[in-house]
Amino acid sequence: MMTTLETTAVQRARAIASEVTDPELPMLTLADLGVLRDVAVEDDGTIVVAITPTYSGCPAMATMRDDLVHRLTGAGFESVRVRVQLSPPWTTDWITDDGRKALADNGISPPGVAPRGPVMLSLTPTRRAIQCPQCGSGDTEVTSEFGSTACKALYRCRACGDPFDHIKEH
Amino acid sequence: MSDAHITQDTEGEHDNAYAGLLGNDAHWAFGTDFEDPLAGVDTTIPDGVDASELAQYCLMLGDDALVYAQRLSEWTSRAPDLEEDIAIANIALDLVGQARLLLARAAAADPALVPSLPEGSPVPDEDRLAYFRDAGAFRNVRLAEQPNGDFAELIARLLVMSTWRLAIFQRLVDHQDAVVAAIAAKGVKELAYHRDFAGRWFVTLARGTGESHRRLTDAMRTVWPLIPELTASTETESRVGVDPATLADEIGVVLDQVLAVAGITAPETPGLAGVRGRTGRHGMHSEALSRLLAEMQVVARAHPMGRW
Repeated sequence: MMTTLETTAVQRARAIASEVTDPELPMLTLADLGVLRDVAVEDDGTIVVAITPTYSGCPAMATMRDDLVHRLTGAGFESVRVRVQLSPPWTTDWITDDGRKALADNGISPPGVAPRGPVMLSLTPTRRAIQCPQCGSGDTEVTSEFGSTACKALYRCRACGDPFDHIKEH
Repeated sequence: MSDAHITQDTEGEHDNAYAGLLGNDAHWAFGTDFEDPLAGVDTTIPDGVDASELAQYCLMLGDDALVYAQRLSEWTSRAPDLEEDIAIANIALDLVGQARLLLARAAAADPALVPSLPEGSPVPDEDRLAYFRDAGAFRNVRLAEQPNGDFAELIARLLVMSTWRLAIFQRLVDHQDAVVAAIAAKGVKELAYHRDFAGRWFVTLARGTGESHRRLTDAMRTVWPLIPELTASTETESRVGVDPATLADEIGVVLDQVLAVAGITAPETPGLAGVRGRTGRHGMHSEALSRLLAEMQVVARAHPMGRW
């Protein structure tokens, strides 16, 4: 049973952790991205934050961890630990509605629903109904299934000609 | 493996143009400190699992990913166009991530595997395994270490490697060891994406020009002899992981499907023999691995006390 004091501490820590932004998608908070999995307090008052990697090799994990520690210690929490939570694996379905809106507002096409069930071999380009985040046209084409970071694919709008990033369904 | 920014000791820092940057991670894009990639993950060995055998198995899967990622990263700036260059680098990055987790898991399960370095060395366990073992201690399959050929060879090998690894990882999502199961569950999504990428390019090259078809056919003649090794059983794999022999049918079905769409037939080539029955899984490698490791390890070995 947590004391009222601990509950308040966790709530405050969670609020602060929730506002830390992603280093590569700074329009998104870690909470909106879905990588912030848990904020808890231990008996000695240590705040333990759980984050999960988006991709196995995501190099932004260290920065996320450092940012969380800096923000929480800056807010007066003396002892802060960040732990890795591998399971269940991150999925783009965890990106919140606010997060999706923030992506679109910043010219990045948000992901559709992530595939589930058996892994199928697909020998034709992934068909996604994607709207250009610049002009809203649905006349878009994929230029590469891999983008500037592990989580993105590259698209081009045939209507306005602008290239844009799409967060891959994962 | 860990974040690659070297820092020097602070002696004579007034002469060091980088001194002002040190000690504050915020200056770096991705931080400089070491952190266990399994920080806070429960690495207790489950009942009925032999810790040293589990560690050996994680080394095998980790070495496959590490060595192959190194080969893929040699493509950086050499791909036919920028999009493909980025794609190959992304695939290599996914595999380095898988390697890092698996080597860290191996080290946690059996610390005796980890090469020892001078007292006080800050090099983390997974980096010690990556940079301070010689070729004979690596357990990757030989397909991973083969020297790069042309773009067709890249695609043919990537198709085989990702098909095989995906089949393994799909079975490991239910593994008794929760860490291995979690690494596999994450890896499945990545590998499925790699396989699709390779499969599409395979079809494109096969049905493209006479030249692309010829190059792909040549590439298959160098890649296909290394397939039998992928599905040869070893005791460690059969006991603690996935028996590779049980994957042969599934891999065959997927490759047949791609080849059928591509309109190309598999070459009839004998498998590459081992040395007295020993292959990559036993530490018996081709000469190419020593050269790959020399390049990959030289800087880390020159600085066993270095912070990266």
